[in-house]
Amino acid sequence: MKPRSITLTVNGAKRTAAAEPRVTLLDFLRGPLGVTGAHMGCEHGVCGACSVLVEGEPVRACLMFAVQAAGKAVTTVEGLAGSDGEPSPLQEAFRDAHGLQCGYCTPGMLIAAQALLDENPDPDEADIREAIGGNICRCTGYVQIIEAIKLAAENLREAAQ
Amino acid sequence: MISQAPNTRYVARKRRTQEDKRFVTGRGVFVQDIERPGMLHVAALPCPYPRARINNIDFSAALAMPGVHAVLDGAELAAATNPLYGGLKTPGVKWRPLAFELSRYAGEWVAAVAADSRAIAEDAMELIEVDYTPTDPVIDPEEAYQAGSPQVHPEHGSNVLYDGEFTWGPVDDDFAAADHSLSFRARWHRSSTVPIETFGAVAEWDEGKGILDVWASIQMPNYADQIAGAMGIPLNAVRVHQDVDVGGSYGVKRGIKHTVLIGYLSRKLERPIRLIEDRLDNMGGGDAHGPDRIFDTQVAYNADGMIKSLKIRALDDAGAYPGRGPFQLGKPIAAIVGPYTINSVHYEAISVTTNKTGQVPVRGFGQAPTNYMLERAVDKVAAALGMDRIEIRRRNFIQPDQFPYEQPSGTKYDSGNYPAVMDKVLALANFDALCARRDEIRSEGRLAGIGVATCLEPGGGNNMFEYLMNPAAEITTFMEGAEARIDGEGCITGVMATTTSGQGHETLVATILGEELGREPDDIRVIHADTLTAMPTRSPVASRMAIMLGGAITGAAAKLKAQIMAIAAHNLETPLDQLEYSGGDVSVRNDPSRKLTWNEICYIAHKQYHRLPEGAAPGLQAQHVWQVPLGGQLPDADGKVQLYPCFSFQAHIPLVEIDPGTGKVTLLEYFIAHDCGTVINPDIVRGMILGGIAHGIGAALYEKFEYAPDGQFLSATFADYLMPSTFEVPLVKDTEHCTPSPLTSHGQKGSGEGGYLGGPAAVASAVNDALSPRGLEIDQLPMRMSLIEELLNGTP
Amino acid sequence: MKPAPFDYFAAASADDAVRLLAEHGDEALILAGGQSLVPMMNMRLARPSVLIDINDCDEMKFMAADGDGFAIGAGTRQKDILKSAETCTAVPLLLKALAFVGHVQTRNRGTLGGSIAHGDPSAEMPLVAVTLDAAISLRTSNGERTIAASEFYSGPMSTERAPDECLMAVSFPLSTGAGTGFHEVSERHGDFAIVSAAAEINLDAGGKCASAAIGIGGAHPHPVKALKAEAILVGEAPSDALIEAAAEAATDGIEAMDDVHATGAYRMRVARVLAARAISDALAEAGL
Ligand code: FES
Ligand code: FES
Repeated sequence: MKPRSITLTVNGAKRTAAAEPRVTLLDFLRGPLGVTGAHMGCEHGVCGACSVLVEGEPVRACLMFAVQAAGKAVTTVEGLAGSDGEPSPLQEAFRDAHGLQCGYCTPGMLIAAQALLDENPDPDEADIREAIGGNICRCTGYVQIIEAIKLAAENLREAAQ
Repeated sequence: MISQAPNTRYVARKRRTQEDKRFVTGRGVFVQDIERPGMLHVAALPCPYPRARINNIDFSAALAMPGVHAVLDGAELAAATNPLYGGLKTPGVKWRPLAFELSRYAGEWVAAVAADSRAIAEDAMELIEVDYTPTDPVIDPEEAYQAGSPQVHPEHGSNVLYDGEFTWGPVDDDFAAADHSLSFRARWHRSSTVPIETFGAVAEWDEGKGILDVWASIQMPNYADQIAGAMGIPLNAVRVHQDVDVGGSYGVKRGIKHTVLIGYLSRKLERPIRLIEDRLDNMGGGDAHGPDRIFDTQVAYNADGMIKSLKIRALDDAGAYPGRGPFQLGKPIAAIVGPYTINSVHYEAISVTTNKTGQVPVRGFGQAPTNYMLERAVDKVAAALGMDRIEIRRRNFIQPDQFPYEQPSGTKYDSGNYPAVMDKVLALANFDALCARRDEIRSEGRLAGIGVATCLEPGGGNNMFEYLMNPAAEITTFMEGAEARIDGEGCITGVMATTTSGQGHETLVATILGEELGREPDDIRVIHADTLTAMPTRSPVASRMAIMLGGAITGAAAKLKAQIMAIAAHNLETPLDQLEYSGGDVSVRNDPSRKLTWNEICYIAHKQYHRLPEGAAPGLQAQHVWQVPLGGQLPDADGKVQLYPCFSFQAHIPLVEIDPGTGKVTLLEYFIAHDCGTVINPDIVRGMILGGIAHGIGAALYEKFEYAPDGQFLSATFADYLMPSTFEVPLVKDTEHCTPSPLTSHGQKGSGEGGYLGGPAAVASAVNDALSPRGLEIDQLPMRMSLIEELLNGTP
Repeated sequence: MKPAPFDYFAAASADDAVRLLAEHGDEALILAGGQSLVPMMNMRLARPSVLIDINDCDEMKFMAADGDGFAIGAGTRQKDILKSAETCTAVPLLLKALAFVGHVQTRNRGTLGGSIAHGDPSAEMPLVAVTLDAAISLRTSNGERTIAASEFYSGPMSTERAPDECLMAVSFPLSTGAGTGFHEVSERHGDFAIVSAAAEINLDAGGKCASAAIGIGGAHPHPVKALKAEAILVGEAPSDALIEAAAEAATDGIEAMDDVHATGAYRMRVARVLAARAISDALAEAGL
């Protein structure tokens, strides 16, 4: 099928590139747009490594076609940093708690965690597990990830006061 | 909490890692992020049959498709390349990137397409027509061991790749003298580490320079050597870029066949070629499965619970292509008696080939299954004697004053304090309260159990298992090299010689360099040399990097410091023994006003030859290659030899509940105490241990590469191969103990594997404790809920 | 793992969708949330040559009482159902089942209609629809028809939907004072069920079962309404023995399959265990 031109907003910037309908949002971001933060882990919707925010909601970028994201706002891990380019409080908390090892699942984890914190500033352990339940990490055993998200929530609440 | 806090500034202190920043901001550079101009993409065609003769491959239609640049089959590749490395002396077993004449498992690659995109390559793949004659496969390892079973590699003459017997100590006497003995079979089914990033590689042949550049998601020793060997090019024509971030490996990222395939295509087409496994490739045709083992074990023990001797037969199914997989039967010899004073062991190790995907090294290199079997043995002896599972371990533990302790197979354990670690885990678990909680659940009519397991984690590597299983391989070093440089402005750079896949090696190098030179680790840059510029290495396997890279970089730091001191002594005109080094500045002990600062010394070294001591080379740079401690010897006349230098220890205590109606196991609690000597970075060590436990929970309860009896592969997706999510892993509580190793630079030992070595045994112990009131027992992993439910409610 | 090529149309309305379906015949598939279809397309297990995307058809996203039923538009996302207090009151069983469906990311895209139309034998939404015997409305360019969920499924991922029909809405009977129960077992939380059981029961003033809806998922090639179990319950005063008898009957007619996760025998036994639990929960909630 012929490539068609697709325009969407990625991390605040309008981006346009051509792709066949069969190109997933994940491949579109990583390929033509060169935004490589979201990762390919399974391409069948189980691992969560490809998670991105579409219109503020976390979705699996491997299960959406790029054409479907036309006109929408997409946020990847690269878009989580502040406008000054410095890591966000959530990203800093992942560093403080060492909520990662190889870093491969990390973009998806951060996206899932960010979506949680956007909705719930004071999540308990069960909320956190629910939020990242669809993201598989093979390195950490999740403990330090959960600690990182708790820490981020704490820091954000403190900063808000 | 570290029980013996070393007197250090950076080592063992909680500090952020160097690597995390790039990963949390999405700036890691993984192999899938490597773009080369004109790069082509490869897809490989899997064989649908477990075993089939390839009569003909017609790929004309595929080749004619627009966007397709080449289609390659096994015949062309076999004519142009050598078979891939195999560790055993089995010349009849030929492993090739694409099946040639005979395809040996369902999913084996028979042809490959290089095209403008992966999608086009997959489109073209569908047009390849292969004429197969399916033949009877051999799937069951016991059947494969029998003479007369269908042969996976007819040229080899049988399916037995290795069958060796070892006797260490007076086994028969010990069995004869013991009060009791028992025997059992334990089954560790096929699973693997299954990183979230699949394997991938990019190869680019530069005809002008005659160099093959490779970017790969790799973690293995001698990768470049194996590429060069298979492609028939000099080793110095292969340049592996080792600064590619690797998205997890835990042993399995060994895509040698993928690399040779694309290396050949790149040379043929003079284009950069990329092969990224998709998940189906990875699970099916990636040759990355792990041990698949049957243990038949006999235990001789006395009425007081003392275990005297073991007879172990381990039959392992290496799949169709063994590579280095069978050596996973050899490494466990390093800790064949675990932390116990068992006097003698008979060990028969058998590796067979079957029509399944190939086996590669998995976290622990065979130690996890062996430890599972060993801990089952201890639990069974306890049950037979009606003895407490903790008490029996205490009685059998090697005691702190017995180190270095030579166990029957000749390896000396360096140090440890097993009773202290056991005490710590019991305290952490509040063990009496934990037992009360279990009993309360039981009193409500449900099933609950506490697991008790320990494990030794051999660390540091040492290739001697290879010699034991193949004496032609007279390889007695397992070295690691590193380099450190200080530039004219005083900036420090550490150069490591291999890749990293989440273990935080950059932080390790920076921390130790900072410690040794008294400089801030965060300001130290750590880079990964490519294989043409790197010092010798054996890669981050064998739980060895803290030990070996730590030792190498410590050695380089010492050399640098000596250069600095020599410059200072020369310029301050003061003998070395009257100088003091502090944070990089050097002053005269009794006259601190006479001093050279770090920056001055670095400037002198780089710019002022006239101020250098006689014979000193300009600049500040040092290389150090470290031989593995206690390595370097061939076995003695009794066949005894040191395998691995350092031994970490862990004790695990989980609490599980089993739903008697469904068989579903829930981990309610998990406690661990560990001792890996000095911890270089506490967060990194803790992370690897907790991650290892989660991995162990997966092996214990969920993960299995399932084959139908007819050889079809049934677990090709993440919907069928089940890795634990956050819902399946409890908030593990951990504590540590520190018995420094006398053999390493800072007392450190290995820590990347232990969670996975003890976890499966611990969960198995807990499940069996839960089943024990019903008089039931389960001796295979994974303990799927359907298996448990069948045991509880099925018609016997 | 890249999908085979296809052409793509974004339907602007339901009419648009059925028109496109009529035009492209059985080569076309409707793309709703994509959480089941896209994995199959990525693996080339499904290879439609045309995809008709209904994500922009806002008229297919609704939740509203309609007579003595409560209708949910096929395009309604699972996350929106979970957030709708009205739906939770009207169809509480749906809420209980949704707790087992996928994960945040998949529920953000996944739709009710997509799950119902896909018809995975172990999926939760089809089980709820069959248990409650919801009314499924299907539309072609020529008109609309309604089919009972209990007649909709014919096998694993196969339904009575004709290739040119688009699933428009599912209407669930209003739950008035009923108690509900939903139990399932999977190795990991969020996976498709190996077996599942659903129950919705009304008690009369005398404490007897006035009505009962029981269903079993994951065991048979499609979700099954356990008519025999329902009959055992209705008109009777609940007791442990009654629950056991109903649960025992819940697998009547089921032919359970073996797969990589469990044997058929496991599914049969556990279906009865879960049925008993679901019935007990429903009774407790109904005020027993
Ligand atoms: S890559 Fe999308 S869920 Fe795994
Ligand atoms: S950090 Fe490696 S998979 Fe999560």
